[in-house]
Amino acid sequence: MGSERKPIVKMDELKVVFQTKLGSVTGVENLSFSIFPGETVCLVGESGSGKSVSSLALMRLIEFDGGNIESGKVLFSSESMSDKDLIKESQRDMRNIRGNEIGMVFQEPMTALNPVFTISRQLTEGLRIHKGLSKNAAQKEALELLKKVRIPEPERRLKQFPHQLSGGMRQRIVIAMALACEPKLLIADEPTTALDVTIQAEILSLLNRLKKETGAAVLFITHDMSVVAQIADRVVVMYHGRKVEEGDVYKIFNNPEQDYTKKLLSSVPKLGAMVGKKFPEAMKLDSSQDADPIPIKGTNEPLLEVKNLTTRFPVTGGVLRKKVANLHAVEDVSFTLNKGQTFSLVGESGCGKTTVARSILRLEEAMSGQVLMNGVDVLKQSKAEMLKQRLNMQMVFQDPYGSLNPVMQLFDQVAEPLLNFKMAKGADLNKRVANLFDRVRLPQSFLTRYPHELSGGQRQRVAIARAIALNPKLVILDEAVSALDVSVQASVLNLLLELQVELELSYLFVSHDMAVVERVSHFIGVMYLGRMVEIGDRKAIFENPNHPYTKALMKAVPVADPNRRNKIDDLKFKPISSPIHSLEHIPDASSYSEIKRGHFVLTNELGYS
Amino acid sequence: MFDYTVRRLLIAVPTLVIISLVIFLVLSLAPNDPMAQVPMTVPPEVKEKMREALGLGQPLYVQFWKWLVQFFWIEPQVFIDHYFGTQFAEGKLRVISWQTRAPVMDTVVERLPQTLWVVAMSYVVAIAISIPIGIYSAYKQYSVFDQAGTFITMVGYSIPPFFTGPLVIVIFAVNLEWFPSTYDTLHKVVDWDSFVIQLRQMALPVMVLAIQGTAQISRYMRSAILDNLNQDYVRTARAKGLSESIVILVHVLRNSMIPVITVIALNLPLIFGGAIITEQVFKVNGIGQQLILAIYANDLPTIQTLTFIFAFLIVGMNLIADVLYAILDPRIRYE
Repeated sequence: MGSERKPIVKMDELKVVFQTKLGSVTGVENLSFSIFPGETVCLVGESGSGKSVSSLALMRLIEFDGGNIESGKVLFSSESMSDKDLIKESQRDMRNIRGNEIGMVFQEPMTALNPVFTISRQLTEGLRIHKGLSKNAAQKEALELLKKVRIPEPERRLKQFPHQLSGGMRQRIVIAMALACEPKLLIADEPTTALDVTIQAEILSLLNRLKKETGAAVLFITHDMSVVAQIADRVVVMYHGRKVEEGDVYKIFNNPEQDYTKKLLSSVPKLGAMVGKKFPEAMKLDSSQDADPIPIKGTNEPLLEVKNLTTRFPVTGGVLRKKVANLHAVEDVSFTLNKGQTFSLVGESGCGKTTVARSILRLEEAMSGQVLMNGVDVLKQSKAEMLKQRLNMQMVFQDPYGSLNPVMQLFDQVAEPLLNFKMAKGADLNKRVANLFDRVRLPQSFLTRYPHELSGGQRQRVAIARAIALNPKLVILDEAVSALDVSVQASVLNLLLELQVELELSYLFVSHDMAVVERVSHFIGVMYLGRMVEIGDRKAIFENPNHPYTKALMKAVPVADPNRRNKIDDLKFKPISSPIHSLEHIPDASSYSEIKRGHFVLTNELGYS
Repeated sequence: MFDYTVRRLLIAVPTLVIISLVIFLVLSLAPNDPMAQVPMTVPPEVKEKMREALGLGQPLYVQFWKWLVQFFWIEPQVFIDHYFGTQFAEGKLRVISWQTRAPVMDTVVERLPQTLWVVAMSYVVAIAISIPIGIYSAYKQYSVFDQAGTFITMVGYSIPPFFTGPLVIVIFAVNLEWFPSTYDTLHKVVDWDSFVIQLRQMALPVMVLAIQGTAQISRYMRSAILDNLNQDYVRTARAKGLSESIVILVHVLRNSMIPVITVIALNLPLIFGGAIITEQVFKVNGIGQQLILAIYANDLPTIQTLTFIFAFLIVGMNLIADVLYAILDPRIRYE
């Protein structure tokens, strides 16, 4: 990198402190790095590493979140100013820099936009303040911006409200807002974390293209090493508020110096890591671990057979709230899960994978089809029989914060299913719950704690303990590791694989993360618009994807290798067609062609090619 | 949205009928006798005839049906006759007060303006005071202003109007002699001086009612602003370089008003309830006082009608609150 060039931002020994009830907590300490014009610097680290704090400190927005910049300098240079120390600026002067010289994109496109104002209003605000444009001129400019971020039907979008747009489109709006005044620096704080992989790929290439077109530098914050590999020029690795390592992206990936960087890289589930292996196996997290992990074979005996499952939700309307249409959430889906094996359902948000899982447990009532558990049709069971059946089927949910009761001690939460089914009481109950805590590697001292005292990974372990408390045969894992940091995710995955062998569990694994799916699955079903578009064993799906949607999905997955960057045209914007159909609409039954033994591809037309 | 409103209106009809039935049954259960005020010298046969004349001899369902017809069918006709000079209600029996032997609705129409003046004004004052207070105490959370505001609103919340009423009379009317202690209904506003007199006589009842309203609304406003200050879109707005006044008074306020508006609409009937007592304290002859007098006199048709009007207000305000909610928040579409 040209050291003779002048950096846009030179951060020097930054220290940010938060005042809490328990005293002051250091958010970021001793942080120094520079950003040069036209380059992408990635700040990478796990949650709590201080990466967002440092970007907010750069914008001087951290003060609004209770942070205090105790020492350090942030020297900012542009055409209009040279080496201006942003830390010393007043908030009034910062307002001329924010949105004007530095633009910012946030993680959650769902909440980053004000829900009660139109897109046009939110886009033009910055233009009118910083550029002094009239209302009409600003609106024209806003339209240009929307075209720049390649939103379909930009004229219509201007009049819409944020909730009328999909997540991907909203993130494009946020990017357009950040770029409105042609800033010299764009800060993107986890801009793709909340998005589906295909949308993520589009947004990443959009950012890359915009960077080239405008010449702006990008400070990209992420926890995802694969995304870093896709977009970074330089990488700053952070841990506990300090910089661990800094360097060129190739150097970081090929020759990491620090142990933490190595650990971070080794816990990234890499797509293609399982090529040539027939069965799933635990990840080697530690290089000191000599013994090769044991492959999990499972059996070929079916446990769960789902046949032609269809779940539709009524859409009501009119004065009398009559059923006016159907939302076809799951349409004619069939698959088989063998004892001791894992079947993964993959697909984007809204494709119906969670509804399949919920329909199997009868948390949603399916419209038709069969769900055979050991040959018994679950859908036809009475309430009392179903209650007993639930002994065999348990579920772990995505959000470890929402799925535990905040006012109950962990012991009570894990003991609850045992008490419900009168499986144990008294000393026996205490022993069993303590055992379960050992099983999921949680210290016994946690028994009397409350959920808020635990980290996300620990909470998910509690949820797993609760799910296996009844010795179920089937555990449905609905995005069970998606909300966790990579290193935590890896250890929870290993725990799940270990439990699978010990307890002979069968997993129905619902996920959008292809790399994780590759690691754990025996068989995989890819879903799109409520249909199973492709189904087969792991090798077939990953090494020989046939359906165009599966192919697109595979291609969109970021690879944690800077030498293999995705070249996806961000123009290839594909709105998913609506799953809502009129009452008369009778969809065709799913028909498949068999590519190879056990590898099926849907032949119905779904509007994806 | 339209469908939703129509559906809610349709549901409101049976709701109101059931409410009126419940009021009617509860009142007929009460151990009272409309003839109690009649002198002992009147012979029992005469009393019996008087009872029958009031329609009391008939079975309950007939009495209820008559009230329904009178209130929902004949009274609207009277209303139309009054404004359009038509003759629909000629000779038809209206809801008659046992106490005054005059139509209940005539008295209501006479007294309603006084109540509305006091109640509406106090609510406007309460809103005008409480919204800025709520915004500022949320923005400066845990500041001296916020703490003091919290203390004062708690006091305002917990002290009922029948206590604050006499209290402000003692302070402002008796000791300081700034305002009159009673409200003169016959006073007419014709010029500036009489307008000032009107303002002065309204001051105390409005103050008492506004204390309650301010306490409630400013609490809601504060918590709504606090909820929104932590939202991501606020950070986005700041990252755009908007000034704090635009961030707070445009972006945050608009979102925070959504729950507060509904609280304002829903609390309005409660203020009417408070007005019953306040009117009594300040001798305002509004409908609140009319209700109290009717209760003393066992005047069932008046009690029934007035209670029903309050119920109607509550149901109506509920509906308005829900519709306002949808108008303010583009995400809500009741479909």
